Amino acid sequence: MTISREVEAGLERAVAHASPLPRNEGTSLELDWVEGVRVNLSAVERRAATLTTRRSVKKEWQAAWLLKAVTLIDLTTLAGDDTPGRVRRLCAKAMHPVRQDLLDALGVGDLRITTGAVCVYHDMVPAAVAALRGSGVPVAAVATGFPAGLSPFETRIEEIRRSVAAGAAEIDIVISRRHALTHDWEALYEELRLFRQACGPAHMKAILATGELGTLRNVYRASLVAMMAGSDFIKTSTGKEPVNATLPVSLVMARAIREYFERTGVAVGFKPAGGLRTAKDALAWLVLMKEELGRRWLEPDLFRIGASSLLADIERQLEHHVTGRYSATYRHPLG
Amino acid sequence: MSVKEIFETLEYGPAPEAADVAWAWLERHGRRFGHFIGGRFVKPVAGETFATHHPGDGTELAQAAQGDERDVAKAVKAARAALPAWRGLGGPGRARYLYALARHVQKHARLLAVLEALDNGKPIRETRDLDVPLVARHFYHHAGWAQLLDEEFADYEGVGVCAQIIPWNFPLLMLAWKVAPALAAGNTVVLKPAEFTPLTALLFAELANEVGLPAGVFNVVTGDGRTGAALVEADGIDKVAFTGSTEVGRSIRRATAGRGVKLSLELGGKSPFIVFDDADLDSAVEGVVDAIWFNQGQVCCAGSRLLVQESVAKRMEAKLIARMETLREGPSLDKGIDIGAIIAPVQLAKIERLVDQGRAEGARCYQPSWSAPKDGWYYPPTLFTEVSPAAAIAQEEIFGPVIVSLTFRTPAEAVELANDTRYGLAASVWTENVNLALDVAPKLKAGVVWVNCTNQFDAAAGFGGYRESGFGREGGREGMFEYLRPRYEARLTRYAAADLAPPAPASDLDAGLEGSQGSGGVFAPIDRTPKLYIGGKQKRPDGNYSYPVLSVAGARVGDAPLGNRKDVRDAVEAAAKSTAWTQATAHARAQVLYYVAENLAVRAPEFEERLRGLVGGTRKAAGREVEKSVDRLFAAAAYADKYDGRVHPTPMRNVTLAMNEAYDVLAVVCPDEAPLLAFVSLVAPALAMGNRVVAVPSARWPLLATDLYQVFDTSDVPGGAINIVTGVRDELAKVLAQHDAVEAMWYVGSAEGSAMVERESAGNLKATWVNAGKARDWYDDAQAAGPELLRRAVRVKNIWVPYGE
Repeated sequence: MTISREVEAGLERAVAHASPLPRNEGTSLELDWVEGVRVNLSAVERRAATLTTRRSVKKEWQAAWLLKAVTLIDLTTLAGDDTPGRVRRLCAKAMHPVRQDLLDALGVGDLRITTGAVCVYHDMVPAAVAALRGSGVPVAAVATGFPAGLSPFETRIEEIRRSVAAGAAEIDIVISRRHALTHDWEALYEELRLFRQACGPAHMKAILATGELGTLRNVYRASLVAMMAGSDFIKTSTGKEPVNATLPVSLVMARAIREYFERTGVAVGFKPAGGLRTAKDALAWLVLMKEELGRRWLEPDLFRIGASSLLADIERQLEHHVTGRYSATYRHPLG
Repeated sequence: MSVKEIFETLEYGPAPEAADVAWAWLERHGRRFGHFIGGRFVKPVAGETFATHHPGDGTELAQAAQGDERDVAKAVKAARAALPAWRGLGGPGRARYLYALARHVQKHARLLAVLEALDNGKPIRETRDLDVPLVARHFYHHAGWAQLLDEEFADYEGVGVCAQIIPWNFPLLMLAWKVAPALAAGNTVVLKPAEFTPLTALLFAELANEVGLPAGVFNVVTGDGRTGAALVEADGIDKVAFTGSTEVGRSIRRATAGRGVKLSLELGGKSPFIVFDDADLDSAVEGVVDAIWFNQGQVCCAGSRLLVQESVAKRMEAKLIARMETLREGPSLDKGIDIGAIIAPVQLAKIERLVDQGRAEGARCYQPSWSAPKDGWYYPPTLFTEVSPAAAIAQEEIFGPVIVSLTFRTPAEAVELANDTRYGLAASVWTENVNLALDVAPKLKAGVVWVNCTNQFDAAAGFGGYRESGFGREGGREGMFEYLRPRYEARLTRYAAADLAPPAPASDLDAGLEGSQGSGGVFAPIDRTPKLYIGGKQKRPDGNYSYPVLSVAGARVGDAPLGNRKDVRDAVEAAAKSTAWTQATAHARAQVLYYVAENLAVRAPEFEERLRGLVGGTRKAAGREVEKSVDRLFAAAAYADKYDGRVHPTPMRNVTLAMNEAYDVLAVVCPDEAPLLAFVSLVAPALAMGNRVVAVPSARWPLLATDLYQVFDTSDVPGGAINIVTGVRDELAKVLAQHDAVEAMWYVGSAEGSAMVERESAGNLKATWVNAGKARDWYDDAQAAGPELLRRAVRVKNIWVPYGE
């Protein structure tokens, strides 16, 4: 039930050096655990609302936190009109997300600040892999009939395999919402097990599409099942649902991650996606992670933010910190 | 620290709120304040001042005036002088001022928040996000009551000059809770803020001037407990409202006894925080944070007794211990802290003493690994487990960030443990089962119950205690009544001394005998022996004495049992046990009361005879009293299922149920006159609302009541619902007033008796309603029937039930 001392100590070391964590191999499906979940919406909303009013980061602290946020971004383009050229531009931005003169002024010019990953559709994976070669920035591909997840099961599996083969190091899969909505946890577990198998060495991020799950209790349960099935990350949304990442939903998922960690000793990552557009949003989610899961969950191997426009706002805030003047968007290179 | 270093550690760093505007305000006053009397700051008569400090580092903020009785007298005089014009403005006229105060509080919200955080030491987050917005909300809400006063409280008027004494834990919010309803109802105010935190009240006084509040309507006299005592004892006050400790509340109860001063007390607590095994435990943990680590635990309604179902106790404990680690304690003006400093060294010492005692008593003590700042009066969050219910830390109000944890096995046991306290302010219930929540909430002896939440406050909802947590409500419709009185009260006149003559003593066996000779008629009458009526049975009095009952003409009509303190004890015991009456549905109670009315009507001629034999008068007059009594029973029966609670529209997604709840035991002491009608008028509404009643009927003519128990016996009244003890009124009244199991008491009799009841009620702080020696017209429905009696027959419990899935 409680975190073993050893695990805690291991985590401490990992914080110091961000040493690689063991992957989540999953567990058997523990239905009693899943069905025993209780979530009180009003209480969760209250906690979510005060998370950001109870903490504040200012000045140097704010700059450092925003820089950290940059390293957590899965810089994303998931549009029908994506082209290799567009993706190459995005990758260039991912490798140099903040102007070097600003980094120098902040005293972090020697840190290799990149985004956490670049996230694209399967067809764009080769272009991204080529553009990012040698940079250490991984390519994430959305898969399994993203965003609805309703294509034939075999093709969903095949999508994963092909993206991995094309060089994607991370696969953002979508779950079958119907399994969660009908509480067919066995079916959800089996599906995710097979997805995880197909991922092989690539890390699996399970998108729960929380905006379509109806209740926070379903979100918590689906989170648990996804972790039991071996997800490396659980992720809120595709960005295509009417409601994407919210703080209450994220709080519930973070609590599920904490409980899974307490019971199994395995740390699973979290990725809110969709709806995070401002530096203030980024800070809110960082606070949430630090408060609910601790410092270790502020590293890219356990926390990502799926966003496309967030970076631009952070750049402006960083420049403001350096110059004391409010910045303009056009002063920062496009992605 | 460099950006690079912080990039690694990701610590929060300092996030100070600027205090320059607040300091400038203090400097503008030379950091020295007088009292605020008659619309301006005036120097204290004696010239004495005291320092107020910032608890975060002990810095002196300013000197405030130490008020004495001369300052108080000046303030009361100013308030009295302002009263006629303020009343004359009318509700809508006053509403404009209350609205302006609300707007002004909002305009100066940050200054108020910063000043409050400086003076009190609580986090700026709390003053900024909770205290000050609630203050504004309170004035808005009560601007509304002022506007609607004539429609909503047509038969009521303001009480007059209100003396209000507030604590240091929510200085400005408590000001709002007191001042807003008082002003709305057409009263003027003398406010005494706590000596640790006088500043925001003085700033508020300035705001009141800025909105043009007429001079004298709102006055502030600062000082310590001596000033408060002087205010309570001042001539010319009509009402005292106090929030603070139970001990001081008791002394105020005694000090105001018999002076015709209306009183409301909001006192201490040791509120239970109940976690059932089907609760959302992570949310319950945050609930504990809001319950006991809010305002450093210096909250009268703080959830300070954690009751956890055994099956989840270990998990809950582990989660709490982990959660304590991530709390941040520090300067009140840091925007990133959860816990600020304790108000004063004396309070800190008390917390330390109780925690030491808890450790010594063998409880297990948990505190976070980080240590509290040393430069101010800080205390770390503390959890005790393995606490026995008898331990001092489980019984005493600590008033600090310390929670004690106990376990229970069943819902019934949870309720039993929760109610095992002299206090009864608030309770919090955590479960995902609506059946369980709504079953437990009414069983908890507390004025406020929060389901799956805690420490929720709003101007539209009543707040106040059961038991030794005080009486009266603040907020909502129920709170307005604390500043109003029925219009008829002003017209009542005192009993003539002759009306209050005690009955003949038990030793006077010859009394009235000559007058009753030869009244037997053809057949010698069979002797009737009236008895006490206790637990549904006729009982001989413990002392086995009777006293003669004489007619108005002086003839001996019979004997009545002379009840003593043991009979009162037995009657209260019987009433306390008779839970069936309270638990019966309102419809069932109505049926019984209708049945009583029916059976009384059947025996009307007999009761008319009895009345004529005792009080004399015409047949018509006797018939009228019986008929009116039947009518009152009908009215009470009618109200039983209609004087219902409310759903308060508090500004969150929830239902706030304001439930009218009966007292466990309500004592009713009746006047001599109208021996049937007065008894029925008082007892019937008390029964209708589900109270179990111990009644002392007309001491002079008790035989109407003793005749009536035969009616009760034939009308399905369950045993113990109504108990009748006859005897010497004020002797019995004193025993009742002192009895700790009597939760409320009505007394109609002499001025001295009224004073005695109020004074003696201080033991358990029962809610009293006395006539101050004034006679009432029992035939006037405004005085002897209707909502005022029903209101006095219940206490309002506010149950907050947030919802959403």
